[in-house]
Amino acid sequence: MTAPVTAPMTAPAPPPLVDLFERGLDAPICLTWELTYACNLACSHCLSSSGRRDPRELSTAEAKAVIDELEAMQVFYVNIGGGEPTVRADFWELLDYATAHHVGVKFSTNGVRITPDAAARLARNDYVDVQISLDGATADVNDAVRGAGSYATALRALENLAAAGMRNFKISVVCTRHNIPQLDAFKALADRYGAQLRLTRLRPSGRGADVWDELHPTAAQQRELYDWLLANGENVLTGDSFFHLSAYGQALPGLNLCGAGRVVCLIDPVGDVYACPFAIHDEFLAGNVRTADGFSGVWRDSELFRRLRTPQHGGACASCAFYDTCKGGCMAAKFFTGLPLDGPDPECVQGYGEELLARRDDGTRVPKPSGDHSRGTGSRKRTTVDLVLTRREAVTSPARPPVSECAEHPLAGLDLTTVGKDTAHA
Amino acid sequence: MTTTDSATIAMDLDRAWDLHPQVSVRPEPFGALLYHFGTRKLSFLKDRRLLAVVQALADAPTARAACLGAGLGEDELPRYGRALAVLVQSSMVVGRTP
Repeated sequence: MTAPVTAPMTAPAPPPLVDLFERGLDAPICLTWELTYACNLACSHCLSSSGRRDPRELSTAEAKAVIDELEAMQVFYVNIGGGEPTVRADFWELLDYATAHHVGVKFSTNGVRITPDAAARLARNDYVDVQISLDGATADVNDAVRGAGSYATALRALENLAAAGMRNFKISVVCTRHNIPQLDAFKALADRYGAQLRLTRLRPSGRGADVWDELHPTAAQQRELYDWLLANGENVLTGDSFFHLSAYGQALPGLNLCGAGRVVCLIDPVGDVYACPFAIHDEFLAGNVRTADGFSGVWRDSELFRRLRTPQHGGACASCAFYDTCKGGCMAAKFFTGLPLDGPDPECVQGYGEELLARRDDGTRVPKPSGDHSRGTGSRKRTTVDLVLTRREAVTSPARPPVSECAEHPLAGLDLTTVGKDTAHA
Repeated sequence: MTTTDSATIAMDLDRAWDLHPQVSVRPEPFGALLYHFGTRKLSFLKDRRLLAVVQALADAPTARAACLGAGLGEDELPRYGRALAVLVQSSMVVGRTP
């Protein structure tokens, strides 16, 4: 890459972008920042096992210092979540501070504080994106996972945002066994409010580990989702999180790369830095922003991140014809289902993950998340609904692969373009 | 990932251009990352000299002058012109009235 271009037409092609990213960047492109473990809800699949505030959470001054660092590192934006970030008393102050310091903010909320006034405020700020979490197109399906009344709360937030003239806000859906049959209904809901639909993958992280077996889409539903995405193309955002579906045939656009510690990471409410939002476990803990060299020191020098930035090998997947498209899938999904990290994703569409899951015996140690901020014991109770699942007719002539953008994945909503001497990259 | 057919776009090298005011540029060893806060698009410049050209646009009377000032040869102008055209198409680079 450093060789000067002396003969344009014969210069050696630079390595594909994905190879450069594999070695990591000087700063993340964007990162997920969970501001608090406090939450008014107790969703059964919460990635961060949120509920109660942690007394060690970063203070307003400490949070601003992190924003200063992000500005200096030119991190373009942060995906703020929680917990429910808007219940922090200084949420709006931090949001304004970040955008005033050239750090864009996308935040996920269940809508509890999105009043008409808040919606108007958000609509005025070009550097803010909002996504409202909704895991059912109907109250029964949504509330079974997210809790009683949460559907009504989310819809009121959507109404307020639409009424305030907010554009391009998102409805963010974690795809489950119970809402896959509602994909068309979600799309209609998004259209009604002038919102954009985002579909993301259920991870067995946090409390999600407790309900994953019952909630993760069936093999048939994964195919149904893929077909639906093919049919609905560019109007629906999905995650790089779904790149394991590429192994159905067409490679999905997007980085098709686990960005953990390379281009993304997570800062949790107490300042701990993890490789990705789905991996809150000591195994993936890189450091803490309160240490002397701050966040940038952790990003630059963490031993874990350095290791993640070395090329990964396919392991058991290396001989699979689809390894180049799915790269073995999601590290966190493997880890929290007790599968080896160099093997197939538990939801491998070729069925290899399922085979391994079936072969796990009772002796398999499934790692537990490092922290649990759930409120009481009831919040970890499994709550699911029984629904009759329907299979859509398969789309017979997929015109194009689904657009793969991220939602809860930190690269959410990015439109990626490459410009330069070699635009034909991986 | 979006791919743009740059061959179909014409770039006027003889007028003044600039980065869009909502675009942030982050140099990287391989080139640079450009992020547009308005369109929420991210672009990768895979060439440090293209970065130099882009950074020179604001103070150069024309894109051609920016290219030559960045040390490009005449023979390289068509290729860099096409790269700039891709940036114009995604609103990363916009026309400027000198």
